[in-house]
Amino acid sequence: MTSVRPAPALDAAPVRRPGPVRFLWLLVVLGLLVALMGASVAIGSRDVGWSEILAALGGSAETMGEAAVTKRIPRTVLAVVVGAALGLSGAVMQGVTRNPLADPGVLGINMGASLAVVAGIAWFGLFSATSIVWAAITGAAVAAVFVYAVGSLGRGGATPLKLALAGAATSAALTSFITAIALPRGDIVENVVSWEIGGVGGATFTGIGTVAPFLVVGFAVSLVSARSLNSLALGDELAAGLGERVALARGVAALGSVLLCGAATAVAGPIGFVGLVVPHLCRLLVGVDHRWLLPFSAIVGACLLTGADVLGRIVARPTELDVGILTALIGAPFFIAIVRRQKVREL
Amino acid sequence: MTATHSLAAEDLTLAYGDRTVIEGLDLLVPPGRITAVVGANACGKSTLLRSMSRLLSPRSGRVLLDGKAVHRLPAKELARTLGLLPQSPIAPEGITVADLVGRGRHPHQRVFSRWSKEDDAAVAAALDATETTPLADRAVDELSGGQRQRVWIAMALAQQTDVLLLDEPTTFLDVAHQIEVLDLLTDLNRTRGTTIVMVLHDLNLAARYADHLVALSGGRIHAAGEPADVLTEECVRAVFGLDSQVIVDPTSGKPLMLPMGRHHTAPRADVLQGTSGS
Repeated sequence: MTSVRPAPALDAAPVRRPGPVRFLWLLVVLGLLVALMGASVAIGSRDVGWSEILAALGGSAETMGEAAVTKRIPRTVLAVVVGAALGLSGAVMQGVTRNPLADPGVLGINMGASLAVVAGIAWFGLFSATSIVWAAITGAAVAAVFVYAVGSLGRGGATPLKLALAGAATSAALTSFITAIALPRGDIVENVVSWEIGGVGGATFTGIGTVAPFLVVGFAVSLVSARSLNSLALGDELAAGLGERVALARGVAALGSVLLCGAATAVAGPIGFVGLVVPHLCRLLVGVDHRWLLPFSAIVGACLLTGADVLGRIVARPTELDVGILTALIGAPFFIAIVRRQKVREL
Repeated sequence: MTATHSLAAEDLTLAYGDRTVIEGLDLLVPPGRITAVVGANACGKSTLLRSMSRLLSPRSGRVLLDGKAVHRLPAKELARTLGLLPQSPIAPEGITVADLVGRGRHPHQRVFSRWSKEDDAAVAAALDATETTPLADRAVDELSGGQRQRVWIAMALAQQTDVLLLDEPTTFLDVAHQIEVLDLLTDLNRTRGTTIVMVLHDLNLAARYADHLVALSGGRIHAAGEPADVLTEECVRAVFGLDSQVIVDPTSGKPLMLPMGRHHTAPRADVLQGTSGS
């Protein structure tokens, strides 16, 4: 397709990147997700036979094996949902800030959500699941605004590295606040510590149901922002010249992103690096058009988290490794690779 | 593409914080012509352009498009009539030429609308007009400066606006590419009647390519009109604080400004008589 094209006639031939490649990748990642979901149900610390897996999927929980599989079903669903939320949230955040290092974890937004949840439990006696989600989203929003404001200080505005540094510093501070709040409280410290690592092990359908409305709104708002993010990617001035209301578009997209990572954090703890790694992978697959990039980031995010969860059950047998640890192990070298590229350019 | 639109500034005052950049400026952009805005650094050229495309709200006064204040028009409606190519737009890493040019269709699309035949036709025509069709599948990162600028202009063309504002479209280009870009803009103006307003650094290129030349100085218009009337030795002295000699450009018949400076203070009689000197 690199040859010279004939001058366009009235009925012009399409000149854009052919869709079939993207559709092919879509099938590949969807297939991968289904396979990983199957693995997530089948693989665990207890070896379970196929007959028991099928019986459990049919709703039976009579044998020990079937009961184990039954517990893995909500866990799989949660991994998919949280992974999709984090992947999409990261893609939107990178688009909004035009920053290749943006990620709910790197920017400290997950930690904002965590601090709000921990403070809410320790001081205000938040117990209902819904109030915890609200606390997480509020905390995420406050942290997002704070980090963006700090990262924008000084010359040159919010450059990628300044934002990442502001996020890292904020993250460190928030982590120590969380420890300071939780440590003296023997009654909650154990829960807080295990939640803080980030995992999907304790998933229940009730818990998923509580965050579902927030995630649905977050997904919808984020996906609708795709076209705005495409114009924002060209710089604020050009975006405005193309008829985009820049501040509004950025605010709406950021809201979707914060809803997603706040809700994900509320239910699974602060899981880092999914939102960082996934959009970069997806750009390699489908390019920079957000109308493709955003859905892909959701699907690949779900794959990554489900895969990491399964891996965590395999490598640490007979116990398990929390996904939060595994995503950090995968994500940290990736983060360094991005920073080490010749220049960290704006997206 | 035949509709002509009137674009004017009325008693326009622009400021960043408490620093006033443009004060009480009246400007009429001739429809269907090429207008070039020139002036010293920080005289408010780009600021004026930003305000005309409503990136900057006026402190007082108005910018009028067809008699309506641009700052009151719906964003997308304005963007279908008036396009802007800023000085340093950002090309997302790895984006292809066709994809980038396609983003110029944004004001013609709704949230859920699909890519249409008109969109395809507009992109194809824009690529064709800028002779970037062979580059359609290339990544913008790989292109040369001149090619990249042509691609950005193609994007602005895909927007299909009757008025096009360009902020220093020739910066960072070598002289051949500068001419190439300005020729392209002239073609656009001549074949489609697109009203073009551009900020240019190079006085001589401005005088050569513009039908209407606007010289800004200290936030006000020092002179505006035919290049031959505007680009004078007096004007260059007043606007740039530079002594110069203005002669007739033998290639275009337009004025040609030759700067003097401290080491070259007067025309040399011996050279003036003969052919061109060193």
